[in-house]
Amino acid sequence: MWKRVRSSLPKGRYYLSGNEAVAEGAIAAGCRFYAGYPITPSSEIMERMAHRLGEVGGVFVQMEDELSSIAAVIGASWAGAKAMTATSGPGLSLMMENIGYAAFTETPCLIVDIQRAGPATGQATRVGSGDIMQAKWGSHGDYQVIALSPWSVQEMYDQTIQAFNCAERYRVPTFLLGDEAIAHLRETLEIKPWVRAFDRKQSKGKPPFDSKDPRQIPPMPAFGEGESLLVTGSTHDGLGIRRTDDPKVHARLVKRLNDKILLNQEDIIDVETFLLEDATVAVLCYGFTARSTLTAVKELRGEGYKVGFMRLRTLWPFPHRGVGQLSKRVDKILVPEMNRGQVAGEAMKSSRCEVVSFCQTDGEIIRPEVIRKELVRLL
Amino acid sequence: MARAMQQYLRPGIPTTPFCPGCGHGILLGLILRSIDAMEIDIREMLFVSGIGCAAWIPSPHFNADTFHTTHGRAIAFATGAKLYNPKLRVMVISGDGDLSSIGGNHLIHAARRDIDLKVICANNMIYGMTGGQVAATTPLGSTTSTTPLGNPYRPFDLCRLVEAAGGKFVARHAVTQPLALVESIKKSLSFTGFTFIEVLSPCATQFGSKNLLESAPKMMKWLMENCVTREEAEELSQEELEGKIITGEWGDVEGSTG
Repeated sequence: MWKRVRSSLPKGRYYLSGNEAVAEGAIAAGCRFYAGYPITPSSEIMERMAHRLGEVGGVFVQMEDELSSIAAVIGASWAGAKAMTATSGPGLSLMMENIGYAAFTETPCLIVDIQRAGPATGQATRVGSGDIMQAKWGSHGDYQVIALSPWSVQEMYDQTIQAFNCAERYRVPTFLLGDEAIAHLRETLEIKPWVRAFDRKQSKGKPPFDSKDPRQIPPMPAFGEGESLLVTGSTHDGLGIRRTDDPKVHARLVKRLNDKILLNQEDIIDVETFLLEDATVAVLCYGFTARSTLTAVKELRGEGYKVGFMRLRTLWPFPHRGVGQLSKRVDKILVPEMNRGQVAGEAMKSSRCEVVSFCQTDGEIIRPEVIRKELVRLL
Repeated sequence: MARAMQQYLRPGIPTTPFCPGCGHGILLGLILRSIDAMEIDIREMLFVSGIGCAAWIPSPHFNADTFHTTHGRAIAFATGAKLYNPKLRVMVISGDGDLSSIGGNHLIHAARRDIDLKVICANNMIYGMTGGQVAATTPLGSTTSTTPLGNPYRPFDLCRLVEAAGGKFVARHAVTQPLALVESIKKSLSFTGFTFIEVLSPCATQFGSKNLLESAPKMMKWLMENCVTREEAEELSQEELEGKIITGEWGDVEGSTG
């Protein structure tokens, strides 16, 4: 249920890094459990949570690895906590099995992924955005997640709150897909006096794993409430009883877990547009790269070029409808990314116009002049 | 299952899934008898398990909160639940492969942290559910579906492993030693801190069939002949102890009671 709560920090302007802003957003959203394992470039989130959770009466534990970190987060979530972890690519790879478990058991939790230049150990201190597809498809089987993509320290704070609200509202593992550049950038963060927070729906005695209307999210009881809960990663019916050889139960569960996100996607998807009204070329951008895009587009507009951009504040579920509509209005869509075209490939599924992928995987941010050059080539 | 324990079983679950001769049904009953003897309200307990035959002991049979998690991670899931809500009385029940092989790292770290979890490891010395492959607990030389010429590697001594990791309450019994096992489970339930009880539970279907012990009575007899208590072991020579499994309690089992 929605509620209005006082911000944990006094209202005002703060000068924080992106990682510090994530920790403050989590505390403000009501997060009271953190389990994690150190990994560059995300560790400052864990360090700040270690002392902030102590101040607000929450629980912090540094686990032995990422597998146990996400497991402990899921365990705490079923004990009633708003719970989170933060990691980077290699750690996210280790978490994948249990992220699928969280999706299948409809466990709200936040996974912050501060992306670095992969694959493998790659360049641990350098930026990348190569985990977009992994966040969606990393665990086996068919399931949905929600993923947000911040472009500023302000959004690292705001979207952490938004991500917790999505996780609790839709009972789904939710990702904040930051990157090294935004995590270590310091800039002004404005904290408002109040925060809107969603607390998971509870209803005693109701089946926690089914609902007649696939758009409705079943209530989630907690351990210790006398409900004799059955939580399992095996195929289960509405009460949680294992049904591992019934085709109808499996089909219904997998479809409902997908439908509950896809049928609510218009409420989840969060897209920003800039100067697209008369644009002939649009940039489809997200994360830190959207900052360079903004600079490039402003410059070109000043010179009379008809360019604009669509910024994806949420990456999953993917805004196919919005991209499809955009593709009918413009001649070309440029997708600059710090990976080998992960979002460009997704955009091609729904686009009616040419989608041009610009990939840069050198561990550096994509600079405004690079995007400008690519745009001029297309105009 | 004696009807006396019926009140602790989840209504609507007619049977257990265990093979004829499996020790896990005996262990299931003995855990409930221990809880009953301690007059603990089972609805205040959370039972966490991983993947494998033993993970099905509590889930779905126990009429309490049950948390059937991923392979190897039961202790990590349990750690999160227990740390966030310390009022939960958390028992982890899983197999030897789950807790000591794929999940071995979590076992030693939970022992080190002294998290207040009651861990019961049903050790059948083999991967039963997947068809009888060699485990980290399979005796040297035993035949399994992946060691047709005999297991070339030594097994873990799980109790010594947990004790070395800092576990203060460690015990080992076979399901053929029900009274001693119930006593240890009862002690663990009133112990504050991490407890580990290894329970030797025969798998006639997989272990027995590959090691000339194909009938359940033969496996039970094998356990009875090969398990010796710590007291009995003191009377035996090194030669007589060869291949024997020593059972009993280790560490400060009375220490943190209350």
